[in-house]
Amino acid sequence: MIYLLTLVLFCTGLYAVLVKKNLIKIIIGISIMEYAINLFFVLIGYKHGGVFPIISKSDIISKPYTLNPELTMVDPLPQALILTAIVIGLATTALLAAIAVRLYEKTGTFDITKMRKLHG
Amino acid sequence: MADIKFYLPLFIALPLSGAFLVSLLGKKFKVFSYAVTVGVCALMTFISLSVYFGEPMLGVVTYKMSGWPLPYGIVFVVDALGLLVLTMINTVAFIVALYSIPYVKRYTASWKYYTLYLLMVAGMNGVAATGDIFNLFVFLEIASIASYGLVAFGVEAEELEASFKYMVLGTLGSLLFLLAIGFIYALTGTLNLADISQKLPLIDAMPKNFIIILLIVGLGIKAALVPFHSWLPDAYSSAPAPISAMFSGVLIKTHGVYALVRILFNVFGLTQMTSGIFMFLGSASMLIGVLLALYQWDFKRLLAYHSISQIGYAILGIGLGTPLGVLGGLFHLVNHAIFKSLLFLNAGAVEYETGTRDLSKMGGLREQMPVTANTSLIASMSIAGIPPFNGFWSKLIIIMAAVQANQYLWATVAVISSILTLASFLKVQKYAFSGHSHGMFEKIKEVPFAMMAAMIIFAFLCLLTSLPVVRERLIIPAVNALLDGRYGEKVLAADKK
Repeated sequence: MIYLLTLVLFCTGLYAVLVKKNLIKIIIGISIMEYAINLFFVLIGYKHGGVFPIISKSDIISKPYTLNPELTMVDPLPQALILTAIVIGLATTALLAAIAVRLYEKTGTFDITKMRKLHG
Repeated sequence: MADIKFYLPLFIALPLSGAFLVSLLGKKFKVFSYAVTVGVCALMTFISLSVYFGEPMLGVVTYKMSGWPLPYGIVFVVDALGLLVLTMINTVAFIVALYSIPYVKRYTASWKYYTLYLLMVAGMNGVAATGDIFNLFVFLEIASIASYGLVAFGVEAEELEASFKYMVLGTLGSLLFLLAIGFIYALTGTLNLADISQKLPLIDAMPKNFIIILLIVGLGIKAALVPFHSWLPDAYSSAPAPISAMFSGVLIKTHGVYALVRILFNVFGLTQMTSGIFMFLGSASMLIGVLLALYQWDFKRLLAYHSISQIGYAILGIGLGTPLGVLGGLFHLVNHAIFKSLLFLNAGAVEYETGTRDLSKMGGLREQMPVTANTSLIASMSIAGIPPFNGFWSKLIIIMAAVQANQYLWATVAVISSILTLASFLKVQKYAFSGHSHGMFEKIKEVPFAMMAAMIIFAFLCLLTSLPVVRERLIIPAVNALLDGRYGEKVLAADKK
């Protein structure tokens, strides 16, 4: 069920990218899509009632749930992947915003319908 | 053969450290920035080519990072296909870097250009060499972000608009690819390509098909296949000419075609559905690309539409799935890297001297610029498929393969597109180079030596790759590597050694 919510979030971002005319709103739409996918990744690794995935020697004796780590522990790999994806997303967003600002300096508008020098 | 194992990390480490050094010192020492770029690219070209002069490469070589065994660690994997792509990237990068030296002088802050250039090469090499699907995504993004910056390098309204458009679509493609990686990880619990290929046969067909569609759409945007091609003509015509040559020559191939083909053939295994989609998208790109190219008057825009069309040939050949078809497809990829890069360099040379890209304003340039005119004639004949140049052989193989596979419709489309390509390049030759000049360009002369040298090397390569020995040593091992169903087992076995 909660996976469907990430789909809704993704479609919200896609809607903004496809329909909105303002450069800044398009950038926000891309960010929303990124967050939807990041949430999706975190959900893949999530387990209801799971614990953090660190095993120490004393735990093995005192806490029996560490015997089956794949059943009781949250999968840490998607979180590590998402850290990388967030950094990449930051770079993309920063570059998009920088180019939007330069476009505003050149054309005096954020409206994409008013800057149609190219038509591909 | 044993050597490539030790040199493999250099393909990523060298350009990355080169980019770092250029960004650190390039501002003070102008010579340093392009000396490092050309030097690094020359060294990598030498390493990748030297493998071909040894024993033929049949197996798979892996390089483990920090000694973790395979399903857990991250590896670089190179087989014959990866090596072919690495060779292609670095050769084109070297020649284009040579061309860039005089061309980029007219921009301020040329060291930024070289930094981004080396980052882009590092990202592409990483895509070709990695054996891990998430690493592939990261390298793809490194090269993509560098290329977004390079498209906008002129910082005029036109370049910025093209870059923004390219970036929005490119990011969408990357996100869909990332989503596909998420689904793959959820289903198989691993990120290693070899390990995924071992675990996928246990998964149902339904989710697998969904992932395949996500991959084709995501990476299809990067490869500019026809329904997703709208960013390409703008980005190519706005970027500096050497960058257009790199984009068309190698970037869309490694990002789109290589990544797609590696995952869908070696990891998922070719299915009827994938093959059908490939053939349909390939033929659509072929025909629509060339039809849109016919009425263009902007030199670089025309070439950009032809890129879409020629990538369509490669996708059609590979999508046939027969050994002959894949041979034609991969051969056409290599040939296209050579002749289309050369054509973009020609367009850049004309723009460098005359300051215009409009074909109707040129004319009679053959007298003033003989090297540019003659090399562009060779490239035009190659792309139009006139023997004995390389484009003829690869198109012939693709069309023959399509007929053998009983795909007569697609074979007809390929023939028609080829004829239209010829028509379109006759127009280029007629309006740009032959005929009478309009009197505006009386004083222009031939381009500087480094640009001439780059164009002449490419023109030689156009002839050289049509020799049968190239096909035997470079392409056929790659075809075998691609069609071998035991990619995963081979990589896992090579890792244990």
